[in-house]
Amino acid sequence: MTSFRLDGLGRIDRSRPLAFTFDGRKVTGFAGDTVATALLASGVSIVGRSFKYHRARGVWGLGSEEPNAIVDIRGSRIVTNARATLEDAADGLAVRSVNASPNAEHDRGRFIDLFHRFMPSGFYYKTFMLPTWHLYEPGVRAMAGFGRVDPAIGEPGRADQVNAACDLLVVGGGPAGVFAALAAAEAGRSVILCDEGNEFGGSLLHRAATIDGLPGEAAVEAALGRMADLGVTLLTRTTAFGVYDHGLVALSQRGTSGIDRLWRVRPKHLILATGAIERPLPFANNDLPGIRSAEAALAHLRRWGIAPGRRIVVATNNGLAHEAASAFVAVGLDVVLVDARDRVTAAKGVRTLAGRRIVAAKGRKAVTEVVLDDGARLPADAVLVSGGFSPTLQLYAQARGKPVWDDRRLAFLPGAPVEGISVVGAAAGHFDLAEVLASTRDALLKLGIAPARRPEIGPPLAAPYEIVDAFPKPGMAGRVWIDLQHDVTAKDVEVAAREAYVSVEHLKRYTTLGMATDQGRTSNLPALALMAAITGRSIPATGTTTYRPPFAPVPLASFAGLRSGPLMNPPRRLVLENQHRAAGAQFREYGGWLRPAWYGDEAEAAAVRREARQARRTAALFDGSPLGKIEVIGPQAAEFLDFVYYNTMSTLKPGRCRYGFVLAESGVVLDDGVLVRIDETRFVVSCSSSHVAAIRGVLEEWRQDRFDRARLFVHDATAAFATLTVSGPLSKRLLVAAGLEVDLDDRALPHMAWSAGRFEGTAMRVTRVSFTGDRSYEITLPVDRAPALWARLVEAGRPLDAVPIGIEALMVLRAEKGYVVVGKDTDGLTLPMDLGMTAPLAKKPGEFIGKRSLLSDEARRPDRKQFVGLEVTDGGPPLAPGAHGVETVAGKKRSLGYVTSSAFSPTLGRPIALGLIERGGARHGETIEVQHLGKIRRARIAAPCAFDPQGGRLDADA
Amino acid sequence: MTRHYSALSLLKEGLTGQRGWQPAWRSPEPKPRYDVVVVGGGGHGLATAYYLAKTHGIRDVAVIEKGWLGGGNTGRNTTVVRSNYFFPESAALYEMALKLYEGLSRELDFNIMLSQRGMLSLAHSPAEMELAARTVNAMQINGIDAELLSLDRVKSMIPAYDFGPTARYPVYGGVLQGRGGTARHDAVAWGYARGADRLGVDLIQNCEVEDFLVEGGRCRGVKTTRGVIRADRVGIAVAGHSSVLAEKAGFRLPVTSYTLQACITEPVKPILDCVVLAPALGTYVSQSDKGDLVFGGGLDRIPSYAQRGNLPVLETVIAGLVGMFPSFRQLKLMRQWAGIVDVVPDSSPILGESPLPGLFLNCGWGTGGFKAIPAGGVLLAHLLATGRHHEVSRPFDLDRFARGRLIDEAAGSGIAH
Amino acid sequence: MQLFPCPFCGPRAENEFHFGGDLGNVRPEGGASVSDATWSAYLHMRRNPKGPAREVWMHLTCGEIFALERDTVTHAVLGSHGFGEGSAS
Repeated sequence: MTSFRLDGLGRIDRSRPLAFTFDGRKVTGFAGDTVATALLASGVSIVGRSFKYHRARGVWGLGSEEPNAIVDIRGSRIVTNARATLEDAADGLAVRSVNASPNAEHDRGRFIDLFHRFMPSGFYYKTFMLPTWHLYEPGVRAMAGFGRVDPAIGEPGRADQVNAACDLLVVGGGPAGVFAALAAAEAGRSVILCDEGNEFGGSLLHRAATIDGLPGEAAVEAALGRMADLGVTLLTRTTAFGVYDHGLVALSQRGTSGIDRLWRVRPKHLILATGAIERPLPFANNDLPGIRSAEAALAHLRRWGIAPGRRIVVATNNGLAHEAASAFVAVGLDVVLVDARDRVTAAKGVRTLAGRRIVAAKGRKAVTEVVLDDGARLPADAVLVSGGFSPTLQLYAQARGKPVWDDRRLAFLPGAPVEGISVVGAAAGHFDLAEVLASTRDALLKLGIAPARRPEIGPPLAAPYEIVDAFPKPGMAGRVWIDLQHDVTAKDVEVAAREAYVSVEHLKRYTTLGMATDQGRTSNLPALALMAAITGRSIPATGTTTYRPPFAPVPLASFAGLRSGPLMNPPRRLVLENQHRAAGAQFREYGGWLRPAWYGDEAEAAAVRREARQARRTAALFDGSPLGKIEVIGPQAAEFLDFVYYNTMSTLKPGRCRYGFVLAESGVVLDDGVLVRIDETRFVVSCSSSHVAAIRGVLEEWRQDRFDRARLFVHDATAAFATLTVSGPLSKRLLVAAGLEVDLDDRALPHMAWSAGRFEGTAMRVTRVSFTGDRSYEITLPVDRAPALWARLVEAGRPLDAVPIGIEALMVLRAEKGYVVVGKDTDGLTLPMDLGMTAPLAKKPGEFIGKRSLLSDEARRPDRKQFVGLEVTDGGPPLAPGAHGVETVAGKKRSLGYVTSSAFSPTLGRPIALGLIERGGARHGETIEVQHLGKIRRARIAAPCAFDPQGGRLDADA
Repeated sequence: MTRHYSALSLLKEGLTGQRGWQPAWRSPEPKPRYDVVVVGGGGHGLATAYYLAKTHGIRDVAVIEKGWLGGGNTGRNTTVVRSNYFFPESAALYEMALKLYEGLSRELDFNIMLSQRGMLSLAHSPAEMELAARTVNAMQINGIDAELLSLDRVKSMIPAYDFGPTARYPVYGGVLQGRGGTARHDAVAWGYARGADRLGVDLIQNCEVEDFLVEGGRCRGVKTTRGVIRADRVGIAVAGHSSVLAEKAGFRLPVTSYTLQACITEPVKPILDCVVLAPALGTYVSQSDKGDLVFGGGLDRIPSYAQRGNLPVLETVIAGLVGMFPSFRQLKLMRQWAGIVDVVPDSSPILGESPLPGLFLNCGWGTGGFKAIPAGGVLLAHLLATGRHHEVSRPFDLDRFARGRLIDEAAGSGIAH
Repeated sequence: MQLFPCPFCGPRAENEFHFGGDLGNVRPEGGASVSDATWSAYLHMRRNPKGPAREVWMHLTCGEIFALERDTVTHAVLGSHGFGEGSAS
């Protein structure tokens, strides 16, 4: 027991006590406590174990800079690797330390520290090589990691995302931020003010100050009240973590009721009032529990009524820590102030040792004594250190601001201004309240905001800052800790320098300092200063690391937001989905659409066979609505389509359709489909459902780049129209029975032509195209009429034993005909000639997309993979899709290509397959070996079309 | 003085105050002339220098690096190693690299922490399973270890994945390369650097190439911020900056540089044993030996040299990750960074002499350069030592674009074209 | 989230746009008379500048292709203009 709660002090609400457990032990606190302050008040000294050596660690700081107090929280809130200094204490939580077993107090891993000499930074690069790393890795992995992910918990809390715009975003709710936000709001600007802590006020909550006669706390409260009235968005527990391109600032708001929120804010101007972080002091064993930031200890006292111990040593190299020393004296504790500066104005009642430094701390599980540079020993159960303050400049640096080293304040300060950003207060190196508010006033004036009046500030700083160098130096005795979380000492830095890891990035990566969850907030600068001293360079010459978002760890759930399950990349849905479901459809996702794969309760294979058989026997109904329908309109349309398509399209007559390929400029087949000519200047490009966006892009690009935009238009009507297909020998009878207003006579409507018609008054287009190889009609009409038409067709089909068919059956039917499916039977290198379409290359005179690529030697190689059919010769089941044709040449096996589609054909009563095989076009009749997962079968190369090669069934009319 | 790394050396130095460790490399002043200059001190450049000295006995070599060794993509990737490629040419290339990785720690006397716990690529539909079979068969025919996994096998490998009925992208199975996994990226760079340095190679950091020295139509060296350095042959291995150097040498490359973001969470106890990719989401993830989850996804599709990505891609990648592993919603993003990836139309690298005689290229690795480092080094070293292609690098020559003979790995892996 | 100025629609989020390559990459005409090198240069070779870039982009929402000038290092957007009649800028 070292730290304890004092009566009557602090801002906690003593009328609302609470209790939770830490490592199974009961801990009490009050509303307003953080987990860390409740632990301190309950006298908990060891809150965790360090990453590598499992050394005991206590609470160090105040906010996100905290390196030690990392805990897992369960209960009303689930947080893994939470920073106890930022988490509200709440009743009933089960809090556990991380990296300790069975608990932080009695961690079994603590023996590792005995071997620390043999485990310096980077030791794992020098060993664990024989026989291989695999031998040691499982043990290392088991010991690594902090908290634990519970695989059973899928949704630890909801997460939300909000976009906001405002005139002014103020990051940091200390004195600079609060009064900047207030002044801006009073000047009529829209303002968002955020702070990572659970209260606004910053140092005004723990340092003695008066503003216009009011104590700091009260002045803050009054300001907040006025801001609320003026409509300022006030966000506590909210960390601004990223400044992104074009002025976007991202905030992570920790929800109190389990809902975290990501804010994406575009402010016209950003004010960074992010304060400064206190640095530790370097001395042997400076990691012992009980050693903490003096500023944090002062805040613990004034905000939470916590005394860090009874015999306190305050060690400092600057004047700001004097207030902490005086404050603890004032509550009756024993305090010695050790100030590294020679000339020090001692505060009243504070025993001060000037010109002295601590060189070592002693103690086993907590500090008990410190040793000074003159040999003096001071008993101490709490050591409050101040090594100076480092302005928090990460966001400024993320915005590509360049911090500049200041020799007077021994810190990096903001350099040249970044457009749209002001840095004020302690973040700009001002530690006196009057200076802080003056810097805020200056920044606002530049934005055209003149605050109403200049406030009266009192009292001035107890002692001026006047910092002296207390950075770690080479050759310090003992284990002087630089990075507490990752267990990096000054000696590790010296060894890194010895081994040539002297650039800042090499130093960090080799020692891992600054790469822990506290992101090096308290370790980066001391390490940099030490490396500078070792290599004889100045601190700025030694460099700084780049800062990137996130400023502090952000829950993954916040980035995902509501994008999960059905809300993640939602598939597109058919207008007729309910009808299909009512008919028993089993849905699958195809090309981004949710579509019926088959209908009914049977197993997939049986259902698909039934549908395919029936489709060729009577009639099939199929919902082809996702099929692309892109209209190309204008006097230049025909010429345009001659350029877009591989095939000649300008000769297509109105009322007719033609099948063709659209190529990429590399010659590769991008898509295939049927082009419909409506009239002289109007066509409809029907492209496969998964390529609509790509084809529309191609059409628009060439329309604008090569043709006259005033005489050529492209309109994607895919979503506006449904396409219902009726196929089979009884398809015409079905349509006649459906009583649609359209001339179905074969002379008026031959195959590959279309007729205009009407369905209950709505214009529709009936096109005879076939993807099944049977007589087939595609009816296109506005989507809102589709349900009624579908119902009519189903009704008309009933006496004919017509069936709805899904995609799987359709794929079998088209495979029987050898119809290619681009993206399945083509492989991203397939040229139109590989698919057997050679005429346009030979005969089409004009330019078209990809033409030049088809003239290359590569395109004319005889050993290209060509589209073929494959017949099973061993009487076995269908070939496995993805199986490769193989041959052995000079003892080495090589692939000839692969099976791209494969199924059992109910029509033929045997397996069929399609594939891309080397020189396939010239090898019909040849048998090759086909390998799948090591097993070899044989197959005969044939023409792709296995059924009705003459095409008579296109007109067959039973 | 301790030169060799071993448990014994740790013991000895531990007992004597760590004073005997030697610099991993020297920091020499650049000489005015070398036999070979390699521009780019990342994994590929350092490996090239190492193999020039080790395999070809050419030690009068300088590696010129504008920043700090391994500071480019080598220090920014997600550390995945694998050779699960489709075409025989690619298989030969990446398998050469993986085999070299398998012996690299011993060869370099530096633990690169090669961890071959498997690279698993999921299939989310029957159609994707067919493509997975195509890939597995291709790999097996090319002599590379590959397995087509059933759903049950996948479940046993990644139990934390969402296999429930409401999962957005259900799993049907996957492709496993058992020998795939991860290696410690910094260690690969440092290991090769130390190895090259010990063989006499000069590693020159903080030295930027500003132009090429061209005489008689040949590249005769480089002009740097630290002076002119002449060389008989020059190799460049600068990834995302390849076009910048190409322009100085007077030619263009089929390269566009993009930002590729990568992320790391806070370290947690073991929850994921292998590397997993969900192609439908584009997100891939593994757990490092320190316990952090390292993950990434697709590019920011805006040409950039900024090494800085934006929120839309980050949100998509993370939504994908927690879609795969819902319990990862308990975790936080701790760090995010980005590299500049040199993307080439067929997703295959460029190796060979450039249009400027005497200047040799190693670039175009796009998002996949780390896994190939040892092979990139061997092959560029061969080019620089002999002036000719190794049989493994010949198909990847820049001339394949004019010939139209692309090795389109994206097509091979079934990525929509 | 970067914002790009579509000449037709105004500033829009980056994910509404598709990169279309270097500005000024003119398609070589002449069919078979175009050499392999010339065709390959058009199809594959890129400027890929580090710094100021002049690029073609398509705003997917409205379908307009336009020229965008921006910096590939700072991500600053320097300006945009449409190509044809009826574009706003």
